[in-house]
Amino acid sequence: MTSVTDPPQGSFRLSMLINDTRYRSYTFQFIALILLISFMAYLGINLVSNLAAQGLNISFGFLADPAGYDINQRLIEYDSQSSHLRAAVVGIINTLIVAFLACVTATIFGVIAGVLRLSNNWVVRKLMAFYVEIFRNIPVLIWIIIIFSIMTVAMPAPRDFRGEDPTASMLFDSFAFTNRGVYSPAPVLDGVSGWIVIAVFVASIIGIVAYRKYATKKLYDTGQLLPMLWPSVALFFVPALLVFFILGRPISLDYPSLQGFNFQDGLHLRGSLIALWFALAIYTGAFIAENVRAGIQAISKGQTEAAASLGLRPSRIMNLVILPQALRVIIPPLISQYLNITKNSSLAIAVGYMDVTSTLGGITLNQTGRAIECILLLMLFYLTISLLISGVMNLYNNSVKLKER
Amino acid sequence: MSDNNSVAFVRTETLPQLPPPASQAGAIKWMRENLFSNIPNSILTLVALYVIYLVVSGAFPWIANGIWNTDSLAECRDILDGATGACFSVLTERWNQLLFGFSYPSEFYWRPGLAFLLLFAAAAPVMFFDLPRKMLLFTGIYPFLAYWLIWGGTVYTPLFALLGVVIGYFVYARYVKDSFAMGFFGGVIAAFIAWFIGGYIVGIIAPAEPMLEAVQSRDMGGFMLNMTLGVVCVSLSLPLGIVLALGRQSDMPIIKWICIIFIEFIRGVPLITLLFVANVVLAYFLPPGTTFDLILRVIIMITMFSAAYIAEVIRGGLAALPKGQYEAGDSLGLDYAQAMRLIILPQALKISIPGIVNVAVGLFKDTTLVSVISMFDLVGMIRGPILSSTDWNGVYWELFMAASVLFFVVCYGISQYSQWLERRLATDHR
Repeated sequence: MTSVTDPPQGSFRLSMLINDTRYRSYTFQFIALILLISFMAYLGINLVSNLAAQGLNISFGFLADPAGYDINQRLIEYDSQSSHLRAAVVGIINTLIVAFLACVTATIFGVIAGVLRLSNNWVVRKLMAFYVEIFRNIPVLIWIIIIFSIMTVAMPAPRDFRGEDPTASMLFDSFAFTNRGVYSPAPVLDGVSGWIVIAVFVASIIGIVAYRKYATKKLYDTGQLLPMLWPSVALFFVPALLVFFILGRPISLDYPSLQGFNFQDGLHLRGSLIALWFALAIYTGAFIAENVRAGIQAISKGQTEAAASLGLRPSRIMNLVILPQALRVIIPPLISQYLNITKNSSLAIAVGYMDVTSTLGGITLNQTGRAIECILLLMLFYLTISLLISGVMNLYNNSVKLKER
Repeated sequence: MSDNNSVAFVRTETLPQLPPPASQAGAIKWMRENLFSNIPNSILTLVALYVIYLVVSGAFPWIANGIWNTDSLAECRDILDGATGACFSVLTERWNQLLFGFSYPSEFYWRPGLAFLLLFAAAAPVMFFDLPRKMLLFTGIYPFLAYWLIWGGTVYTPLFALLGVVIGYFVYARYVKDSFAMGFFGGVIAAFIAWFIGGYIVGIIAPAEPMLEAVQSRDMGGFMLNMTLGVVCVSLSLPLGIVLALGRQSDMPIIKWICIIFIEFIRGVPLITLLFVANVVLAYFLPPGTTFDLILRVIIMITMFSAAYIAEVIRGGLAALPKGQYEAGDSLGLDYAQAMRLIILPQALKISIPGIVNVAVGLFKDTTLVSVISMFDLVGMIRGPILSSTDWNGVYWELFMAASVLFFVVCYGISQYSQWLERRLATDHR
């Protein structure tokens, strides 16, 4: 019997490296490795000789040098004497700001459009299909530039708000849409008591979540149905408002006002930020709408009918049967759309929004001439973000995976 | 009973059918069911109709009053005299720049135009399987023909390139019976030898005055550049993507990890950083003194980019195949290459078609990003030479609308084709 299962005995011949399946994979891997190493070595040698010919070297010391340029939107302390590293950090923060804003807005647009595409209202359905097709099929760069042009060309100049009979006026006396950006009221915290109000608000949100968990547990354990809606609403408003008035209105709004040739005070959102934010949001929203629609349609009609025959109300059918299953289909592509938003936010460079691509990969690169180092750091940043987001996605996928045998 | 004369009244003939109530027929019924079924629905309908009214009433006079025959924006504004209206004359005056860039010689516009028309003939047998298979021969010739038409120069360059491919194919056909690896690598080596020798021969026999005058790559621009980049990169990245997907599924750890690192790296960075690499970094990694066309560098980078995405789509297709298909291939005694070519890939690629088309559409849209590294594609032309010229400084919406329409037509067309193909290939009779 052993003679059948044992491989043919015999001395090893060189041709077996190609013809014998036991060794062939090693041969291929060895060749691939050799090719890869020699390719890398070839690139490396070229790099070294090119750098030597131009008298350059690879070093990241330039990051400590003063950057010498200004960044108009900054959340941390920065001036033109700060280092290139700090400029890059300001850029990273700006990237994260626009990516976060666009993710939230795109989700809202996408969910609304995706649900309305399944509406039985013919006009609304067609209108949403129109939205999705128009925005999906035109490059996001064109959308960014169009919205940027609207913000800079079609909006009135601040001086139009001046005088007795201005040609432009502020919305609700608090929002000014100008060609230098949008000015809106900014919340101002009045010292410690302002923070206390915010802390109370956050605590009440945690309280809402905890209460809902408790009510669900109670329902499953005892069958007793606690009211959900009004305690949530009450918890949301009452404690924060109470503290707000007890502490003597520590949070106030700082309204923008026209002083000299420009608006002062308030929150200033630049046209480039708005262009990038809204273009990414409506463009990606169209993709998310398709994901949402596909996710809801993926749930077979039998599920709805089964739930209805158990006697569930339509709202319960949606919340307890359809949505949990649909979310399993919707969320993975949704997260990869978030990833796309983050990567597409690098198009900021087209409208001069100072994100990390414009600072580190744009001005810093041009000023120092350190192309390899700058682009390496830039890629590392985006790679880290991508890997983080895919890590989160994998965790989620594992947690909602259908538990089978 | 019947002899009793007191018969109840029974109608002997059927009544003619009455029309349904007015609220249950025709347009009114449709509107009641689809537009005004309940109060929230009615509100939605009214809001939607109002939005449509706003858009149409804003855009219609602007388009209908459009001026098509002036030479500059000032002249156009004079004619409009304050009325609402578009200055489409920028399109009639600068159509050539939008389509071909500003330095492509105008007497040669017919060449990329012809290449574009022939693209349909070349793509048709790939896209529609009912067409005669012999048309695939033209698809094989097309890349060389299109290269010759667009870039011009001596006809011998594409001819010898084609010759190399043909020689490679014959070598492959001769040895593939022994083993696929031998046929494949033999074919590739033979093609390279043929190209190497052909390069010398072309250098000797190339005429000083070629039939089609050569055009430099840097003269390419406009929508032609977007089309060229899109078509070339998608067709190159498809085979590369298949190889990467198979490599990622492979049992050989080294090859598997090379593919995983490549794919995840490329997918993790934005295309724009790769274009920066093409623009400023790639030159450092090439032998000193080599100058490399920017378009070629961009093509390499975009191809790598889309290959990584296509590889992931195809990996999804491979993973979706039941394990029994792989086992069936093994039990028939097929080796790896045969099983892949004859059993696995045809099915996996069929499943992946919608995903691949999505990647292709996305890639075509992403070709506009080259305007960021100061290449003058459609967007680059609009933002650069046209908007900054004194004649047309300020014509934003007409130009962006034209660009949007061009992209929309192509992308929507491709996605409609993909949906048709999906229905066509659906063999599971559900």
